Amino acid sequence: MTLQTKNNETLVFECETANYHTFCPISCVSWLYQKIQDSFFLVIGTKTCGYFLQNAMGVMIFAEPRYAMAELEEGDISAQLNDYNELKRLCLQIKKDRNPSVIFWIGTCTTEIIKMDLEGIAPQIEAEIKIPIVVARANGLDYAFTQGEDTVLAAMAQKCPKKSEPTIKKTNNSLLLFGSIPDSVANQLILELEKQGINVSGWLPPKEYKQLPAIEEGTYVCGINPFLSRTATTLMRRRKAKLISAPFPIGPDGTRAWIEKICSVFNIEPVGLEEREKQLWESLSDYIEILRGKSVFFMGDNLLEISLARFLIRCGMIVYEIGIPYMDKRYQNAELNLLEKTCKEMNVIYPKIVEKPDNQNQLERIYDLQPDIVITGMAHANPLEARGINTKWSVEFTFAQIHGFANCRDILELVTRPLRRNNTLSQLGWNNYVETTIK
Amino acid sequence: MKLAYWMYAGPAHIGTLRIASSFKNIQAIMHAPLGDDYFNVMKSMLERERNFTPVTTSVVDRHVLARGSQEKVVNNITRKDKEFKPDLIILTPTCTSSILQEDLQNFVNRASMEIKADVLLADVNHYRVNELQAADKTLEQIVKFYIYKAKKEKILSTNKTKHISVNIIGITSLGFHHQHDLKEIQKLFSDLNIKINLVIPHDASVNQLKKIPEAWFNVVPYHEIGLLTAQFLHEEFNMPYVDITPMGVVETARFIRHIQSILRTYQVDVDYEEYIDEQTRFISQSAWFSRSIDCQNLTGKRAVVFGDSTHASAITKILVREMGINVVWAGTYCKNDDEWFNNEINNLCKKIIVSDDHNFIADLIAETEPDAIFGTQMERHIGKRLNIPCGVISSPVHIQNFPLSYRPFLGYEGSNQIADLIYNSFTLGMEDHLLEIFGGHDTRDTISNTLSLKDETKQSSIEWTEEAKNELLKIPGFVRNKVKKNTEKFALENNITKIYLDTMYSAKEALKKS
Repeated sequence: MTLQTKNNETLVFECETANYHTFCPISCVSWLYQKIQDSFFLVIGTKTCGYFLQNAMGVMIFAEPRYAMAELEEGDISAQLNDYNELKRLCLQIKKDRNPSVIFWIGTCTTEIIKMDLEGIAPQIEAEIKIPIVVARANGLDYAFTQGEDTVLAAMAQKCPKKSEPTIKKTNNSLLLFGSIPDSVANQLILELEKQGINVSGWLPPKEYKQLPAIEEGTYVCGINPFLSRTATTLMRRRKAKLISAPFPIGPDGTRAWIEKICSVFNIEPVGLEEREKQLWESLSDYIEILRGKSVFFMGDNLLEISLARFLIRCGMIVYEIGIPYMDKRYQNAELNLLEKTCKEMNVIYPKIVEKPDNQNQLERIYDLQPDIVITGMAHANPLEARGINTKWSVEFTFAQIHGFANCRDILELVTRPLRRNNTLSQLGWNNYVETTIK
Repeated sequence: MKLAYWMYAGPAHIGTLRIASSFKNIQAIMHAPLGDDYFNVMKSMLERERNFTPVTTSVVDRHVLARGSQEKVVNNITRKDKEFKPDLIILTPTCTSSILQEDLQNFVNRASMEIKADVLLADVNHYRVNELQAADKTLEQIVKFYIYKAKKEKILSTNKTKHISVNIIGITSLGFHHQHDLKEIQKLFSDLNIKINLVIPHDASVNQLKKIPEAWFNVVPYHEIGLLTAQFLHEEFNMPYVDITPMGVVETARFIRHIQSILRTYQVDVDYEEYIDEQTRFISQSAWFSRSIDCQNLTGKRAVVFGDSTHASAITKILVREMGINVVWAGTYCKNDDEWFNNEINNLCKKIIVSDDHNFIADLIAETEPDAIFGTQMERHIGKRLNIPCGVISSPVHIQNFPLSYRPFLGYEGSNQIADLIYNSFTLGMEDHLLEIFGGHDTRDTISNTLSLKDETKQSSIEWTEEAKNELLKIPGFVRNKVKKNTEKFALENNITKIYLDTMYSAKEALKKS
């Protein structure tokens, strides 16, 4: 590969037109309602929002989900109806039907534009219906896809109690983690930290809203996902917590670096991590063999891109471009440093990081570069496959279990899938499935 | 405000985009916030589209909110014009942009002076019309635009074709079995010795629209999309149209007879009776099938029907008139079409429902307890919960409703397909019922790799800790047994007698390596 030249520069950041495809941030309700089991999510928006949720969530929609639309009608837009009365009526109905411990109001583009004062109305209705209401503005005017979770967690962080219950034993090495992942993956990470003598005192979000963790001044907090910068900021500024800035526990390298960084804050010498990481790399060798020397292009839509690219470079891949919706260089600082370090150690050129990408320009670059895999959204996946370019659907990374040592294999299972499948198919000799070469 | 979990018809812009993406060489630009371009995913996923969906967004973000779209929309239009050289660019407002009340028409006017392509602003109100109404409206808008344009340029072609010919109006992308239906209608017209002048919007170029008046008449197979266009063409050029849906053998015959009567007004004396008879009795199987003794068992079975007005009314007619099934009630979510729907099936079932509230429909189904449901994907899931079989006959759809094989709903082959669908729904229900009476399938929990009885003695020695048991319970039901089995297998292989939380994760890891 000609691209494996010596580095002597730093990471390059670019910014394009933001003409890219991603999910609307209200999609976060699909995983958050499942995570927070006593919650109800009310998305205050239009038919457009509802249509997106209903189609993006696929079969989940039929499982009586604990979410609904408060669908705005013409009378709401023109303020002929009173927001307060309307919302109170719907929340009372939700209380009667589902009796949740908390109702999340998800603000949308429409509530922003008509300036509906959700934060102002919520405390009054909360007092009247006696159910806590948390307001998060997860709209497409400001945010992309996974950032929806960030707005919800940042709002929740403000609701966390100050003092922990006296019955809970307090230790010095206690830590609050933030980021929503399935309970079993959370347990795995907690176990890993326990092995190092670190006690995870709480998790945001908790399994139940009733178990909202206490945050005191000086509590150590650490994120497990790269898209949680608002939550981190809120925890630091509003709750005076101390943020541990670490790479994210994605891939064996990321997980080890994450634990090591946490240990270093607590002055603990980590035990057995090097060995654990080594074992894992060995166990991944069959997949790594497939990936080594192959090139990958991230079009960018979910903010996991930097961590995944870093892991894949460590696997021996060459990353041409990391598209990303939004790049918080402070919150992702440790991850960016690890990316640089990884590129140096693997002796590959730094990938170009493109914030707010332009999908049309990216397609031109993809045609030029002919990468072995393009990680992209469903809007582009089939058309690229039809042109003989392997793709992996990016949204799967947000729904698959990808955190911690135990799930590294799942990530590579996803990344190698198109290569393994297309290896078989390419023997048939039909790699182009479009009649003309028009893009 | 309305509490809503599910909707049958999508928002207006989806309808506009369905029309835009059906034509050849049209680009649509949505004036919308990030993430509203979910249409592209649906098009690419459901239709397994090989080409990029010709829809992009002129993103409405904070800057646009503060200062207006200003040059942004115009720039995006000119950029698309350069990149793709489309015939037409449609600026598509969304619910967000319609409350911003920017003068999008002004942007369109400005852009049209700078570019080669034609530019239109889709004329739909988000808060008043749904996907289907918007599609109908947009199609009419495009056709009108090009008819008037051709008139002005004096290139409108009003002479009728020498041979009898027809326009087929309303075949769209993401339509329920539209592609298959189109092939079937084309075959039907070829049998009747009628040439197809134009199919719109499917795969049509806007440059062909000036040829519309050359056809002798128009057909609109689906009541939801295309009628406005046909009515416009009737007013403008006095073109007759057929708005009978040729679904089921009886309605297909009515469709053909109507065409016959239109042709007679042109002094063309055709007699299709022999063709109808031949097709009905010998080529199509469904009429004979209804007469066969197997179908006797369906007599008086109770069914309910729900869907868009075209499919729900046509299926009701088939069930009642062609198969002798008792349709307890039939309904549609096309509220704007209620009068037409009522007239179509007025005397065929006791109760007619017009509602777009799926909870109401679900309760009604539960209350009715029919032997089978014919509905949309939503009714299929309602059926699953109530253990009632369901045949999907209408949008909203799922990837399963875009089959690779030939599955028309229209014409004579369509009636075969529908007969199969109806019959299979009922027999499946019957089989299920019998299985239940006789104790169901012989399923077993097992941790061995065989279904036979050997090798089961060892497992009993394995103990689950409370913690691990709880974890196991959190795993969704349909994979829980597999996880349990794999964990116990792992324990056996590693001489572990007690399963902790840790053991489960190790087992998962080990499994992945193997």
